[in-house]
Amino acid sequence: MLSPEEKHEIDEELKHLPYKESAAIDALKIVQNHRGWVTDEALDDVGEYLDMSPDALDSIATFYNLIFRKPVGEHVIRICDSVSCYLTGYENLRDAITKKLGIKLGGTTEDNKFTFLPIQCLGTCDHAPAMMIDDELYRDLTPEKLDEIFAQYK
Amino acid sequence: MDRPLTHHIQPDKQPLSLKKYEKQGGYQAVQKALRDFDPVDLQNHVKEAGLKGRGGAGFNTGLKWSFVPMGDDAPRPKYLVANADEMEPGTFKDRLLMESNPHLFLEGIILSAYAIGAEKSYIFLRWAYHLSKKNLEKAIAGAYENNYLGENIQGSGFNLDLHIHISAGRYICGEETALLNALEGKRANPRAKPPFPQTSGLWGKPTIVQNVETLANVPGIVNNGINWYKDISNSEEDGGTKLYGVSGKVKNPGLWELPMGTTSREIIEEHAGGMQDGLKLNGWLPGGASTDFMVEEHLDVPMDYGSVMEIGSRLGTGTMIVLDDQTCPVGMIENLEHFFAQESCGWCTPCRDGLPWTEKILHAIEHGEGKMEDLDQLARHSKWLGPGKTYCALAPGAVEPLQSGLKYFREDFERHINEQRCPWS
Ligand SMILES: Cc1cc2nc3c(=O)[nH]c(=O)nc-3n(C[C@H](O)[C@H](O)[C@H](O)COP(=O)(O)O)c2cc1C
Ligand code: SF4
Repeated sequence: MLSPEEKHEIDEELKHLPYKESAAIDALKIVQNHRGWVTDEALDDVGEYLDMSPDALDSIATFYNLIFRKPVGEHVIRICDSVSCYLTGYENLRDAITKKLGIKLGGTTEDNKFTFLPIQCLGTCDHAPAMMIDDELYRDLTPEKLDEIFAQYK
Repeated sequence: MDRPLTHHIQPDKQPLSLKKYEKQGGYQAVQKALRDFDPVDLQNHVKEAGLKGRGGAGFNTGLKWSFVPMGDDAPRPKYLVANADEMEPGTFKDRLLMESNPHLFLEGIILSAYAIGAEKSYIFLRWAYHLSKKNLEKAIAGAYENNYLGENIQGSGFNLDLHIHISAGRYICGEETALLNALEGKRANPRAKPPFPQTSGLWGKPTIVQNVETLANVPGIVNNGINWYKDISNSEEDGGTKLYGVSGKVKNPGLWELPMGTTSREIIEEHAGGMQDGLKLNGWLPGGASTDFMVEEHLDVPMDYGSVMEIGSRLGTGTMIVLDDQTCPVGMIENLEHFFAQESCGWCTPCRDGLPWTEKILHAIEHGEGKMEDLDQLARHSKWLGPGKTYCALAPGAVEPLQSGLKYFREDFERHINEQRCPWS
């Protein structure tokens, strides 16, 4: 069952859209926001609300890289692996994070605190290399700056 | 020098409030257009000014608008969509406009919607741009309050609604027909063209998709006229200014509004301060990841659409990615093809299968396992994935750095194969 908050937020999106199915992506993002990731049950719930089959929704959910069909940690680290960050040393940064947290790209720490993922160019290339933790952008990074940044997520 | 796109931007990059923006001449263009221009006049005005799309393809904006059905029997609603996806690697220009000059961007949207008679508009914004979202939401609320958006705008009878859609990711969403599918809540596979969005776009209605920077050019044209727009450019053919950027190992990476047609030499050497100490310039991608390499002999080419095309590349987004002599070109190209292979939407076979194949070959060469025949295979892929062979322009764009890399860095590829290792590592 969708929660009243989830329903309310989906209704807000529907106001700007001519058809129910048009809210599919927004609805998936909304349930992910509330539940952390999109479970099979969430597909059923959204499907029922938008008159769509769970399979149709799954084909949408699996297309977009910001929708999770697997659980993730409390914080999601996204490190840019595109060209400007490649040129300015993202690989050192990636390896330093792996060493620090003990997880490779795609992994989640045992305490479920962090999931570590690559992300496409973050559009801040004059301040490369860059990464995001949840909604926060970090730029002009060096491995030396990591301790201070991660201290905020203790 | 006139800087119509950035002169409102303050040193701390904080956006102006609506009132301050108005004091500096903001929203005058909307007032003027609603008062003095018929929508079709406005289309012609922008066409003659020579504004070309800043999203990469460089198509004449006013000309694109002229394909939209006008008049009382035109299908409704019509839509104006701002493409704020900005996921082309190495591109960071629309971010500045949205974070620091949101009202100029909104003014561009309102004017463009008026020119095509659209009553509904969407900003398709990439997820990562949180500050853009925040600043745009504030600007939009102000525009509604002051009747620059909403019903009967400034008493003109023109109505416009504006809504932000936050993308759920994937580079292909920036392709305009894929973007329309994403806005409709579907998988973002591109659509067949024709029909073009101008006649059958969002939910089958006439739609114009326009890049953020393109839209931000419109108020200046309305305020100052066609001759002014041509005069502020250094280019024979293309009007206006351009946001040029440089990333990579230069002294001062950044973004600057300069006359259209400024040379790479001026941009890289003067504005970006040249290469970092101890490094030499080896080449650059002129406008994002999907453009052909340029090299030293091209330093004095004016960076406008026609001139860059003449030397076999594309101006693209005008944000340059600089390769230094201590970075391996093969490694850089492998990184680029990894991106494109990952971002292929999977709809058509040459792209879905071809791009991972090129990535695999490049990986082998970079790791000392390449064979000379591999270079022929890469060259063949550059052709098989070229224009006209795939459903959309992602694959042709993907092979641009590859084909030009094979041409300009041939010796480096061969050294990897002969020495069975990367000479840079
Ligand atoms: C794979 C791909 C990605 C694209 N991404 C963007 C983008 O992020 N932003 C953009 O403005 N145009 C992008 N484009 C170009 C759009 O398809 C379209 O040409 C453009 O938005 C039109 O606006 P303009 O004429 O103002 O440039 C992309 C094209 C392709 C093929
Ligand atoms: S060229 Fe690539 S991105 Fe474009 S439709 Fe084909 S598979 Fe999709």
